Order: sequence, then C-alpha cells, then structure tokens
Amino acid sequence: MTNPSIQSSDLLEREYWDVQYISGPLVFLRTGSRFPTGAILELQTADGVVRHGQVLEVSQHHAVVQVLEGTQGLDVKTTTVSLQKEAARLGVSRGILGRRFNGVGAPIDGMPAPVPDAEVDIMGAAINPVSRDKPSDFIETGISAIDGMNTLVRGQKLPIFAGAGLPANEVAALIVQQAGTKNDTEEFVVVFGAMGLTEREAAFFLKSFDSGGRGNRVVAFINKANDPAIERLFAPRCALTAAEYLAFELGYHVLVILTDMTNYCDALRQISSAREEIPGRRGYPGYMYTDLSTIYERAGRIRGKKGSVTQVPILTMPDDDMTHPIPDLTGYITEGQIVLSRGLHRQGVFPPVDILPCLSRLMNNGIGEGRTRADHRQLANQLYASYAHGRDIRRLMSIVGEEALGELDRKYLAFARAFEQQMIHQGESRRTIEETLDLGWRLLSLIPKEELTRINKDLIDRYYCEIMEDGVRSPFLKEQSL
Amino acid sequence: MTLPTRTECIGKIVRIAGSMISASGMHGVAMGEVLRVGKAGLLGEVIRIDGDTVDAQVFEDTQGMFLGEPVVPTGTPLSVELGPGLLGGTFDGIQRPLSSLQKQSGDFISRGLTAPALDRSSRWLFTPTAQNGQEVTGGDILGTVPEKHFVHRILVPPKVKGVVREIAPKGEYGVDDVIAVLDGGVELRMLQVWPIKEPRPILKKLPVDRPFLTGQRVLDCLFPIALGGTAIVPGGFGTGKTVVEQTLAKYCNADIIVYIGCGERGNEMADVLDEFPHLKDPKTGGPLMDRTILVVNTSNMPVAARDASVYTGVAIAEYYRDQGYDVALMADSTSRWAEALREIASRLEEMPGEEGYPTYLAARIAAFYERSGRVECLETVREGEPPRCGSLTIVGAVSPAGGDYSEPVTQTSLRVAGALWALDATLAYRRHYPAVNWNRSYTLYLKELEEWFSTHAPAGWTERRRALVELLQRDAELQEVVQLVGPDALQDAQRLVLETARLVREVFLQQNAFSDADAYSSLPKTSGLLEAVLAFYQAAREALEKGMVLSDILRLPLREDIARLRDVSREKFEEARAEVMKRLEHQFSNLVTQRSE
Repeated sequence: MTNPSIQSSDLLEREYWDVQYISGPLVFLRTGSRFPTGAILELQTADGVVRHGQVLEVSQHHAVVQVLEGTQGLDVKTTTVSLQKEAARLGVSRGILGRRFNGVGAPIDGMPAPVPDAEVDIMGAAINPVSRDKPSDFIETGISAIDGMNTLVRGQKLPIFAGAGLPANEVAALIVQQAGTKNDTEEFVVVFGAMGLTEREAAFFLKSFDSGGRGNRVVAFINKANDPAIERLFAPRCALTAAEYLAFELGYHVLVILTDMTNYCDALRQISSAREEIPGRRGYPGYMYTDLSTIYERAGRIRGKKGSVTQVPILTMPDDDMTHPIPDLTGYITEGQIVLSRGLHRQGVFPPVDILPCLSRLMNNGIGEGRTRADHRQLANQLYASYAHGRDIRRLMSIVGEEALGELDRKYLAFARAFEQQMIHQGESRRTIEETLDLGWRLLSLIPKEELTRINKDLIDRYYCEIMEDGVRSPFLKEQSL
Repeated sequence: MTLPTRTECIGKIVRIAGSMISASGMHGVAMGEVLRVGKAGLLGEVIRIDGDTVDAQVFEDTQGMFLGEPVVPTGTPLSVELGPGLLGGTFDGIQRPLSSLQKQSGDFISRGLTAPALDRSSRWLFTPTAQNGQEVTGGDILGTVPEKHFVHRILVPPKVKGVVREIAPKGEYGVDDVIAVLDGGVELRMLQVWPIKEPRPILKKLPVDRPFLTGQRVLDCLFPIALGGTAIVPGGFGTGKTVVEQTLAKYCNADIIVYIGCGERGNEMADVLDEFPHLKDPKTGGPLMDRTILVVNTSNMPVAARDASVYTGVAIAEYYRDQGYDVALMADSTSRWAEALREIASRLEEMPGEEGYPTYLAARIAAFYERSGRVECLETVREGEPPRCGSLTIVGAVSPAGGDYSEPVTQTSLRVAGALWALDATLAYRRHYPAVNWNRSYTLYLKELEEWFSTHAPAGWTERRRALVELLQRDAELQEVVQLVGPDALQDAQRLVLETARLVREVFLQQNAFSDADAYSSLPKTSGLLEAVLAFYQAAREALEKGMVLSDILRLPLREDIARLRDVSREKFEEARAEVMKRLEHQFSNLVTQRSE
C-alpha cells in the first residue's frame, strides 16, 4: 500500500497555508496536488490549536479533508497544514492486549503507546476469496437462543439488532464472558470497538470484561458519545486492524464486538451531507452498503492460519424498524442476525431474543454429528416451525378468541408460551449445548408426535420417547396442569 | 490481461474521488477504453469524455494516489480472454484468476496486480476438424480440445472470415500458439479476446421449448422456466436467495454454470469453493466444480469491478453457448451491480432518477437479461446439416431494500424477466425453504413448455399441477376467512382444504437443501409426491361425502407417512410410494367400514 514517492522526510516537515473554506467537519484546501488521497494531515493554527484530518478527495481546485476532532477554532488565515502520515495506520504488537485506546488508536489508559511491531493501514485489504477457509467451529455461548437456534461459528459475523432500551449490551457482555470452547480459552481474545458509547455504557462494558477475568485479554478502542463524531469512522477499522493482526499474525481466536453501528452510520451520513453528496434512503449515502461491507467483511478464517476473526456488531434499530437502512444493509452483508424483542423484554425474558427473524447462515457448518449433536439441525427446524405456528395461532386467538380454537391449536399455544418462558428465557445462567437440545425435546413433547414432520423417524425414536419415558416434565407444565 | 499501451495520448490525473478519477491530456481515447491509472498501473475504464479530459472508473482502490500521476490508454475496451482453461476457474470481476493473485500477494489482495486469465503454460490436445482450403467464417469449428469432461470447440472468432491456408496437425498446444492461418496471413489461436459489453453475435434466436429443470419441486412444478429463459429471485435478507442460486448451480440441467458473486459475502464463496469440488455433476459424473466458472467480486472488493463482473460472466457464458452448450448464469446479486452504477453516477454528478439510481438503469438491466436465449450459434450455414444450438439461461438474485418490491431494481427487472420467484420473509422465519411464495410468484413459460411436459414428464403431470394450483388458490381464500372467524367456524370440507394445503406446504413445497435424499427431487419423485398428497385429498373428500367426520380422517397416521416420503432416496422412492398409496386406500376403506358398523 505504501507509495514510495512520498516517503521523503522533506515532505513530512513542510507546512502550507492552504485552507480556503471550512464547513462542518470538512476543510477545503486550495490545491490538491500536494497530498495523496487517504493521507493523514496535521492542521495547526497560530494559537496552537492542533487537529488531524484525512484527505478524502483531491482535484486541481481543491482537496477535501475531513477533520477528526472537529473544525471549531480553525481559521483560514493562520492554519498551517502538514502531512503526518501517507495513510491512516495503526501500530500493532502483542503489547496492545489489555490496553485501552481512543477511536483513532491513541492510548487513553494513562500508559505510553505500546511499541509497535508493525504499522498497518487501517483500511485493510480484501481477503482473497480463494484464501478463505470455511468457518465451521462451533462457539458455545451458553445462550440457548443462539447455540440451539442460531449457532455462532468461528469466523462468522453475526450482529445483534436491538431497539433503544433493549439489553443488547448485556447480551454482548454475556457472550464475551461465556463464549469459547472449553479447551482453548487461552487463545481467545476480545477486541472491543465502541462508537459513540455513553460513559455509562462504556463503564458497563469495561467492568464486565474485568469481572469475567478477561481484562488482560481485551483490547478496547473507545469513542465515547462526547468524542468527535468523525473518529467513529476510524474506531471500527482500528479495532479490526488489531483483530486481524492478533488472529492472522499471532494465531488468536478473536471475538470483535462493535457497538453501536448506528452511531457509525450517522457519522458517515454527516460527512456525506457535508460533501453535498446525493443522499440515498433516509439521507444515508448511496455507498453505505459498500462502506459497511469494508467493515463486516473483515471477519473470517484463512486457510493454513490458526486464528480467526468473529464479529458481533451491535446496532440500534431506530424505532425498532428492521427495514431502516442501517439494519437492512447490515443484514444483507452479515451472516445472519440476532434480533431482540421489546415484547419479550417487557415480559422479563432474558435474553429477549425474537427468534423468528433471527438467522445464522453458517449454522449448518458448525452443527451436527461430531460438532454438536446429530439431532441439532432437525430439532432446530422443528422448534422454529412449531413456534412460528404457535405464534400464528396466538395472533388468531387475539382476533377470534380462545373458544374458537381446536385442541391441537391449544397445544401449539402452550408450546409457544413454554418455548419463550423456558428455552429463550434463561437469565444469566449458562447452558451447555446438550442441555439446550434436551430442553428442546422436552418442549416438543407438548405437541403430538405426528406433528413433528421436520424430524426423521430415527431421531424421534431416539430422543422424543427417551425423555417422555423418563417422565421428565417441566415445572411450567405442572403449573398449567396440562 | 496483457495490454498494449498507446503512448501518444498519455494523460495526467486531475481529480481523484473514490473509485473515480479524471485525467486531462487524453485527446483521442474512446468511451469504454481501458486505462492504466497512476504509477501503480491500476485498471480503469473511460466512462465520460469532455474534450481532452476523461472521467474513468477505477477497478481498484485509489487510496494513496497523487494528482499528476500518469494515465495510459491501452486502445482496447474491457475484454475477456476466451479459450480452454476457464472451466473450474475462479476469477475476479476483471477476470484475473484469484489463485494467481494469491500467489502474487498472499491472502489479502493488494493493488496493481496483473494476471492473465488463461494459463499460458498449459498444453491442450488440439484435434483439427477444419481442413486446409476450407472457407470459414466466424463461429465455425476449427478443431476440438478436451477440457475437463467437455469437448471444447475451438471457434473462428466472430467477425473473422477467410480460407484456411494452414491448420495445425493434431498435437499439444498452448492457448497462444497459432493453430490456423487464413489467407491474407490472419493467424488464429485457441485464445480469443472479446469486449465484454458487446453481446457475441449469433445466427438467430430460437423459441424456447425445453425446461430448465432445477430439482426444486416448487420451481419445476409450479413455476418452471425454459432453457434460455430468465428468472429473477428477489427477497429481503435471510430469505435464502444465495441458497436458491447455489442449489440451482448444483442441480440444474444446464451443461455449464457461470456463477457471479457480485458484491456478496466472501464466506459464501469459500463455501462454494469448499463444496463444489466434492459434489458430483449429475450429467458427466465428474466433480461439480469442473462444470462451473466462478466470477467473484465480494462486497468489500472495489465497486467499479462489480459492474465489470456481471459483463465478464455473461461474456464467458456466451462463449460456451456458442460452442453448443446449455449454459446457466447465476448472478448474485444484481442489486449490488445496480448500486455500483448508482455510486459511479453520483460521483459523475449525473442527474439521478428514482431513489438515486441513474436513469439508464432500466436500459442496462434489460440489455443484460436480453443476452439470454436459445440460439442458433454463429457458423456457416450448410444445407442438410443440423444447426448448432446452444442456450443461455439467466437467473438473477435481487436484494430489494427493506424487502420492498416496489424499489427500482426489482421493478425494472420484473419488466424483462420471464419468471418471478418471489422469496418471502415470513416463510423463511418458519424455516420453510425454498421460501418461494406461491401466491406471488409467476412464470411466463408455461405455454412454451406444455408440450415438453406432456411428452416427457410422468403421466398426469399437467392435471396434477392444475389441481395443486386450484387447491392453493382455494386455501388462500379460506385463510382470509379464518383470520376473521377462526378455523372452527368452517365446514369440514373447507377445513380439509386447509389441512391438505398445510400438507402440501410441509411435504411438497418445502425442500431440505441439506438432506441428501431431499435436496434434489427428480420429476418422477416430484410427480409421485404430489400424487400421494392429492390422493389423500381425494380419498378424504369422498369419505366426507359418505358422512365421515374430519377429525377421524385426520387421526389416520397417513399424513405422517406421506411426509416421510420426502426423505426416501430416489431409488427406493417408487416402492415406498406404492406402499403408502396402498396403506392409504386400505385405511380409508377401513374407516368407511367401521363407520357403517
């Protein structure tokens, strides 16, 4: 990526009085011929205000620079511009583990910057598709709604779609605390990228990392809500650059938590509108899909390399609207989604996962004989189909009343209720995959065996009967005296 | 691609904005001409000319570039290399083999790399079929080369004609060795170069008459398309577009598959590359990968190359069609291509049309789908010899924003495509795959295919299909009633329709892509399964007429038996079906006797 022509130290030191026009987060320089696109500049006024910016566009008439820390205090008369780096780079080394940085990679934990082993362009490069290895290692998160119904595998990108006020952060923190396969927690590290996080949320995350005993296995890049918005565009890229280094150079299994992608997209929109670009849906730029993909696609495994990058981005759906451009474009890039439900949250279900719109595209690679259990795929399908049917009947009941329902319909209704209260709801407890699957079978015994058309006869014989004969009945059922 | 350079009009970069650059001092370059941009020599394509200043889209990342860097025109439009060695290959949007890029730059793709699409060192066994002194025109066969399990026909390039002065004897040659010389000294090689945006010429288009069979019951039975036809697969995220496209690539009855991954996920391509070499091509018995060509431009690869990837794929597909093969092109997803057009148009500051898409979007999409068809291939017409025919079927995935079909890409695609396979989020939520909505989808090929199905499909196919359509229609009407008054208010005959439709949904319309026995459903299996369901419906109706109660009928274990038929392998299916039919008859007659007792 390095352009040899601009390595000369002479260029780095020279300063220019070039600023012509300042608007919002952008500074326009009078000529574009001095700096390459993507370069990082330093802007300094006579009274010592120092800012940094990145060159977005150059032409004969001007260069467009986005200023990271905001343009307050810059002027056209005394501001000098000098080239700092020819591209935005992050210094990486093993020493970043356990450290806290701001959105552009400067330490904020009061310690000096770690000595870098390499300076890496944070924009990254696309993984060659033929170099990619198929993600297929099951990650046990201990959460039934994920492990049983929407399994996460190493190298996957699986976002959490939340609404304002829903406990997405708690779910993510739970995943961080519990995730990992039992035998290799040693190689498991977490990279945390925060965009526009409030003080309270940031404190919550950092505390939860420490309490899980994983504090020294976490690298955090934190852009808080009162930090410059433009730095939000850099925070996830710094986080992923660190993650790629840890995974593909040092061989760690890296889990990347990015929160909140909605703040990232808003920063992107801010820059786009300052550049007077033609807005797309809801004012977001037309290239948002491409831009998001340069973040989300930086997950995966590489043939012959030990490590992996798994991403769990979190985003807030404005007004709980899944067709809003941010969740919509995210869903088109990521390999599934975990959707939180306000209705379940109100009922006290935790984690309040609305499993119907959830999906894990890579689930099939990670489950089945030898990975989880032979019945996993079909059991999950059956639970999905039965729960969806139960929900249909619940909706119908609200229109026609319970009296109009048949006996079978009532069984489905009871199943759906039990599924939400027992399978999805689990509080802070951790379930192994076996526990989750056994629970699934137990719940299925609420509906007649003939209804289980998604499951092979062999498996039904093996699991359905077994549990019935044991006489295992869930406490919920006793209460309902079914 | 190795490209010539035109030194007389080297220009200089005067503007860089994302994937677009402007360069001045380029008087004389043509629209669509390929440029080498900057010191790194990135590939670009001219998309606007204003005097001696041109705007070009660059197929690689422009970061780090300075104004004033040189821009060198090459004198050729964006082209593909065609010849033996494409099958089984994986290329990026501008036809660079991804494995050569991997050799050059490791696991991450860096910029400014070049790699010829066809390996120059491979030797191919050429057997001449044209003779010295023979008059040839574009499309005539010079000879053949075995490529994987196929006979690769070496064709005279379109627009070339003459008398063969000398043809190479049988032997092994590289793709750029001369294999024939025409009078006037025109040298022909196995390798030919074709500009991707220009459709390859044909003699004429033929009416379509054979089905494009997919092994998917809902498609083959309800919404079949023809070889040479087009279909679009729109659906919100998570509805299974990619699984549908990949399933078609695995099981469809075309000879050769060109799969374009345009602006989609890298892991999906890893999936295909992992799986296809181990699957068997039902036609040749060789690995499935051997009949497949992948053109991959994942979402995080440069945007401009998405536009190129679509045309690269279709040009390669046309080349195999011209050899007389049935070729199927899967484009996943055409929406990403349209978005790339929008992005470039916006950088050019063009006046936007609907939702910011350029106003020429509809024209581009139409031109793309119209490259499909069943054709008489270009060649010298000789009396008494049967013409060489080939076909190109295009199935394009569409990713409508917010799952809303009223957006421009879906709407313009609908106007040109011959079939709509509409994917439905509510079906996907209940894990009903393929999530094809039977009320919303349609096909325009039924009439053309009627004759084929009545002669080649199992007896009774057309009638059964009609009965199924009627049943589903009736179900849709009744569902509306149920939403108002509840199922208990219906009469038994009506509830039977609901129950049978549910059986149809669970057993027939749904198919498990991950089950060995169910992933592919042959026409006899599809037909047999439908026959069993309809037989149940018929018998139950008769029983009701004889005064039976529906709850007694539903208590029979028959529906489960029929459902299990799905997972019976192809070889054992007929036997199992006969068994179920026998049981069905037996149990219904028992029911009637019990009742009369």
